Amino acid sequence: MRKNSTKLIILAVIAIICMLLFAFYNIQGGFSYAFPKRLERMFAMVITGTAIAFASIAFQTVTNNRLLTPSVMGIDSMYEIVQTIIYFALGSTSIFVVSRYLNFGVSIIAMVLFALILYRFLFRADKYPIFLLLLAGMVLGTLLGSLGTFMQVIIDPVEYESLQARLFASFMNVKTELLFLSAGILVLAFLYGSRILHKLDVMALGRDNAMNLGVDYDKMVLRILILSSILIAVSTALVGPITFLGLIVSNLAYQYFATYKHSVLIIGASLISIIALVGGQFLVLHVFNLTTTISVIINFIGGLYFIYLLLKESRKAA
Amino acid sequence: MIEIKRLSKSFGKKTVVEDVTLKIHSKAITSFIGPNGAGKSTLLSMVSRLLDADTGEVLLDQSNVKKMKSDAFAKRVAILKQANHFNIRLTVRELVAFGRYPYSKGRLNAEDHKFVDQALDYMNLTDMQDMFLDELSGGQKQRAFISMVIAQDTEYILLDEPLNNLDMKHSVQIMKILRKLVDELGKTVVIVLHDINFASVYSDRIVALKNGRLVKDGPTEEIINSESLREVYDMHIPVQVQDGCRICVYFNSHN
Repeated sequence: MRKNSTKLIILAVIAIICMLLFAFYNIQGGFSYAFPKRLERMFAMVITGTAIAFASIAFQTVTNNRLLTPSVMGIDSMYEIVQTIIYFALGSTSIFVVSRYLNFGVSIIAMVLFALILYRFLFRADKYPIFLLLLAGMVLGTLLGSLGTFMQVIIDPVEYESLQARLFASFMNVKTELLFLSAGILVLAFLYGSRILHKLDVMALGRDNAMNLGVDYDKMVLRILILSSILIAVSTALVGPITFLGLIVSNLAYQYFATYKHSVLIIGASLISIIALVGGQFLVLHVFNLTTTISVIINFIGGLYFIYLLLKESRKAA
Repeated sequence: MIEIKRLSKSFGKKTVVEDVTLKIHSKAITSFIGPNGAGKSTLLSMVSRLLDADTGEVLLDQSNVKKMKSDAFAKRVAILKQANHFNIRLTVRELVAFGRYPYSKGRLNAEDHKFVDQALDYMNLTDMQDMFLDELSGGQKQRAFISMVIAQDTEYILLDEPLNNLDMKHSVQIMKILRKLVDELGKTVVIVLHDINFASVYSDRIVALKNGRLVKDGPTEEIINSESLREVYDMHIPVQVQDGCRICVYFNSHN
């Protein structure tokens, strides 16, 4: 077995190769125009990739389940319903669509509020087990999803087309001003997150053991759930929902690193995430010539991987 | 010294622990015994802060445990529950090293490693320290968890049915180690036991619970006799003395 530090270096090298390819390969139409554009997109991919990796692993540790990601809590559905309601009630020319800032702010506030309300209602440590919280999130997510679909069916088809563009993840038209705002929020979240990595290690031992070792478990669970909601909310509002990514990269990291240390797992998952996004986007641009989108590829691969994980888990249980 | 004062706990309408008051004597093994559903584990969980009591309080050297800081408490009282399932794959040594978390916060220094070595040695796990937990038998795994608690180096060690699923040999091994912890290192051990004979042979004091209430609390010899045991278990339990040990022979008892 190779040492984990070597593995991290290998991933970092691959990530850098992907980034260099993405930044410099086949630049056309003027370097001074195309290059900053590419850097911007790449920066968006790096921060959202890291945010999704971090949020997914922290979330999976506190829920003690490796097949769940924050989307199960209904956060992605909340994003879709907010966008749909805006288009449904106000139309594509309303200030909430035209003003990127306003749309961004409303989406994030709605997603985080949704998560907070859900926890407030359901999270009373010794009263409800965590799977009830997840089940409630799943049911609510489905309800919101269906509601959204209902509205989408009856709005104007032209409006729908414009709405649809919002509901698919895209790195092609990231707005610079939002990018720096998101980066600011995410950096703050990462700073807090990096201080609790060792607590996450202990929390993986379960509530009883973690409390025995002096971790204020129930308080930390709440904080981590909120932290991962913010991370997912910001990255979703920036580029759109790609939450299958979290499932793939977290599980690949568990498999590849075989360690309990969250410092290694989270850095590793972030690197895998960056490789998937930047490398994937490179393929979309230069191999598929934009005939498909990155979220389609990731959800296709992610879906297959999810089925594989489910089969593996059920075989283990049998 | 740990004092339990008028502690009660209900789950829904069911009262599991009702108005229990007792003192845990220092540098001794105290066993909690009683029929199924007597509230032994719940009481232990409340003493160790895993569960909040509905009413009453637990005092550790006169201060309410609820008001103590989590990591300060973790340096004084250790608890090991029965079920320990988790997703991560750990070696024995990695698990035992977690016992140092209240001191090291994840960065182990030389002294922490020394405690880990000692704890492994104490439980005869030194040869197995690099094996993964899922490669171990039930008894070895239990020893690894107890070893983690020993590495935690607390005055108080609380164990919830540590002999569950263990064969006779390993049960005796573990009870002897607990005895050593008390006699040699001056620890205070509180243990929930199902096997009344282990309680009788190894503990200094016995606390008997029934339907959430305290029925008996005293030195072992005062509790292990047919009269007291009838109150606890509602059955006739003959007690015989064998090599200085009081052994309950209840296996073919007719009320």
